[in-house]
This record gives sequence, C-alpha cells and structure tokens, in this order.
Amino acid sequence: MLRIRNLKCFYGRIMAVKGVSLSVNPGEIICLIGANGAGKTTLLSAVCGLLTDWTGQIDFEKKSLKGLEPPAIVRAGISLVPEGRQIFAPLSVLDNLRLGAYTMYKKKAHAAIQQDLESVMELFPILRQRQRQPAGTLSGGEQQMLAIARALMARPRLLLLDEPSMGLAPMVVEKILEVISLLRSRGLTIVLVEQNALAALEVSDRGYVFETGAVVLQGGAGELMADKDVKRAYLGKDYGDFYDAG
Amino acid sequence: MDDKYLPAIYTGFALGIAFLGWRIDNAYYLQLLIFIGLNTLLALSLNMLMGYAGQISLGHAAFYGIGAYVTAILSTTYQVPPLLALPAAVGAAMVIAWIVGIPTLRLSGYYLGMGTLGFGMIVHIVLREWGSVTGGASGFVGIPPLEIGPVSFASSKSYFFLVWAVVLAVIILCRRIIDSRVGRALCAIHDGEKAAAAVGVNTRRLKLQVFVLSAGIAALAGFLYAHLVFFISPGSFGFMASIKIVTMVVIGGMASIWGALFGASLLTLLPEWLHAFSEFEMVVYGLILMVVMIFMPRGLTRGLMDIYERYRKTHDRQ
Repeated sequence: MLRIRNLKCFYGRIMAVKGVSLSVNPGEIICLIGANGAGKTTLLSAVCGLLTDWTGQIDFEKKSLKGLEPPAIVRAGISLVPEGRQIFAPLSVLDNLRLGAYTMYKKKAHAAIQQDLESVMELFPILRQRQRQPAGTLSGGEQQMLAIARALMARPRLLLLDEPSMGLAPMVVEKILEVISLLRSRGLTIVLVEQNALAALEVSDRGYVFETGAVVLQGGAGELMADKDVKRAYLGKDYGDFYDAG
Repeated sequence: MDDKYLPAIYTGFALGIAFLGWRIDNAYYLQLLIFIGLNTLLALSLNMLMGYAGQISLGHAAFYGIGAYVTAILSTTYQVPPLLALPAAVGAAMVIAWIVGIPTLRLSGYYLGMGTLGFGMIVHIVLREWGSVTGGASGFVGIPPLEIGPVSFASSKSYFFLVWAVVLAVIILCRRIIDSRVGRALCAIHDGEKAAAAVGVNTRRLKLQVFVLSAGIAALAGFLYAHLVFFISPGSFGFMASIKIVTMVVIGGMASIWGALFGASLLTLLPEWLHAFSEFEMVVYGLILMVVMIFMPRGLTRGLMDIYERYRKTHDRQ
C-alpha cells in the first residue's frame, strides 16, 4: 500500500533520514520505534507532503507522492495525527472535526460528513459530550482522541499516528491503543510512530527500529519484542537484566 | 453568536441605520457617522486577514489609497462614470494584492509585518512622487460626487445611507465566510499552519485569497472615501493610516466582526471628544488606548462581555 525506497530527507544541509526503505501492506499496523531525533517524525512529514525536501521514492497505492501538496495527499487517502496533537485550541470540538473533513466539500458531502461525525463520536463518546467546548479545554487524552477523530473525518485508508501516547496516563494510552486495534479491524491501515516501544509493539504486526536516520532493525512485532538490542535500547531494561543475570 | 439570531441582528442593524438617518440632520454628525462607516469597512477588511487568518499587515492603508486614487484618476482625469470606476478600483487593489501576496505571504509573524510595511511605504511614495498622474504631495483635487444612474449621492444624508448599506453588506459577507468551511480553515491557519495543512487546507492559497479579499474591501472603502471628500492626498494613506487600522482591529477585538465596528467607532469618535483637552489631546488619546489594552487585552468586545459575565455572576450569587 505504502512503499518507501531509499528515502533521504533534508532540513537545509542536514540529512535527517538517510536512505530508509520500508513497506506497509493493506490492513497492517506497522510501528516505527526509536529514540528522539531518529527521523521517524521526519519520515511521516515527508509522506504527508509537509516536508518537501526529500529524495528517493514514496509510492502510495502504486502512485508516486513526489511533488504533491498536503491537500492532494489527504485526498488520496492518507491522514496524519500530528505529534503533540496540534488540535485547533480556540475552535470548538465540532469545528475541529469539521475541519478534518475539509477536503470533502466537492463531493456534495454534507450528508456524508454528518454521518462521519456520528461515527467518530460513537468511537469517542466523550467528544459528543464536549462538542461545543473549545478544544483547548479538553484534557490531554481527550485532545488525542480528538486529533485521531479529526484525522478519521477525512476518510483515510492509511492513518499515520505520531506519538499518540505522548504525555498520557497509562490508562489513556491503553484506551487509545484499543481504538487503534479497532480501527484496523475495520480495515484501516495504520503506521504508528512511538517512543513507547513496548505499547506500540503489542498492537503492531511488524516494526522498524530507527536509529539516527536509518532503519537498523526490522521484523515481526513478536521478534522485535524478544530482540535483546531492542529490549536494551527501547524497552527500558538494563544491560544487567540480560547479560549479568543470564 | 448563534446563527438563529443573525437575521434579527441584521434587521436591527438596518433599522438602526434607518433611524439614525431619519433623525439626524446635523451635517457634522452625519459626516462623523460616514467616517465611522468607512473605518468600519477598513477594520472589517483587516480583521479578516489579521483577526481570523492571523496574518499581520502593516501596509493596509495602501489598498485604501489604491482604491481612492484609481477612482479619482479614472473619474476625474478620464471622465469615466464612477460606477465603472468602482470595479476598476477594487479590481486594481485585488490584482496588486495577489501579485504582492505571492512572495510576502510566505513570510509570517514579524517578517510579514515588515514585508507589508515595505509595500505600504512603496505605494505611499508612488502616490506622492508620481505627480503627473496622482497630483503629487499636494493631492488630487476635483473628484466628482457619486452618481449612479439617475441617483445622486451628493447630499450627506444619501451618502450616509450608501456607506452604511455597504457596511451592512460587507458584515453579512464576512459573517457568511467565517461561518463556512473556509472560515474554519482561516481560524485553523491562525492557530497552527502545519496542522491546518495536515488536515488538507491549502494554506498558501487560502492566505492569498483572504489577502486579496481584504484588499478589495479596503479599496471599496477608498472608493467611497474619494467620492465623499472630493480631495485626496497621499498623507491619508501612509504608515500612520495603516497603524490606525491595526489599532481599530486590536482595540475592538480580534476575530470579531462587531469588534471591528466598535474599534472603528471608538477611534473615529475619540479624537472628536478629546478636542476639549486641546494640546493634551494626543496624550489622553494614547492613555485611553493603553488603559483599554491593559484592562481588556482581548479588545473591547470581549472585555465588555467579560465584565458583563462577571457582573451577572456576582449578581446571581446575591
């Protein structure tokens, strides 16, 4: 569905992604894990067209995304839930959701948008209760749900989630991950970027491990969870747990 | 404000205009109200750009000036009927905004402020130095009064009705835009341009469109101004004029249509009221602006609403 080949991304003269290749098949949850600054967010920005300074190949459903602007990419079926949620704080919850459907106006979409509003509010009932409130007054978890719901309003086939667990209580993270699994079971393909590697791997099918702009490891979620290097670097275990005790 | 009250608000507004026009015969008051109307148009136009879309313009008076000078030159030098000069004046401002907007709107924040400031200065200098066409620093004289077909707007009263009818039309236009999908997208750009792009808003194009619209409304005000005073000079369209428009928007309250009306009214009336202070006029003027900003940082409209809410709360408790 999404195929990336030898992607290099630049911020001015700095190369933040150094030749990454990966692929996402329909119906999969793929997670990208790795420390801060490993290039995960940069990669998502390139896919969404927010970052234009890249070389290599990004194909979505066999069509190149090179040179497309963000609106065209959203229309093609890719939605991003940005890092730090980036909801529109002064606007109401309802207006935030309607903005998610911004690209849908031409298709006489009024009824369809209404229907989508209902369905995301069913997914996140709290948003229905808070629909008239300014989005900035929601709690962190609610804002994350709003950000996901907003992305769903564009009717994506591929959903990119950038650090959805950031700054959230474990219970809320659990709830978000449940929703991610639920969305997959409804046929959505998902790319999940996470620093919380353990949580991410639990719901994923496959994963890619990033380090300083390159993929250093890839494989099935179970394999990665069992991998000693992954455990040491990303699952918060000490060398000691593996080497000394073993 | 709720949508369902809007027709009632518009009707009330129209009735208010009709009432004022019917009761007031004093030429000075009529003139003052006409100027409030023109300033409201300017504030509304900048409000769309700055209040809603969050794009600062420190050169907005340039479009006001372009509107005024295009109609002056066409209707006086070339004897074009004002009704035909109107689309030319508004169109010229919009085309120039489009051309200028493409490079400048890539900037943001202070840098956009500087860019638009530079543009305003260039227009001001062109108006002042291109003497053979614009009349230069001494101004452009002999602009004809407005006549549309058999209807003449030579009297103050008819002009009052014309200007305020236009104000009402522009208020309705702005309101319709803001309540639409595009209006939400403008607010989204204000709040976070990247996030707006991520949901599929073509931020660059939308910013350009609102800039062009805003220039068009300012030029419309300029057109009305030229045919009101019959004499225009570059001084009315310089840096201070731009700053005055910004002040009207900020004092009235950003991102509020009624705030534009409040701000324009206050900044038009204040100098008139303050004549009593003679040489201290500007000092008092500045003080009032400072006090408003310190105690109502979100502008008059929100500030008064907050005070009302607080009053109601304490009242309810008793």
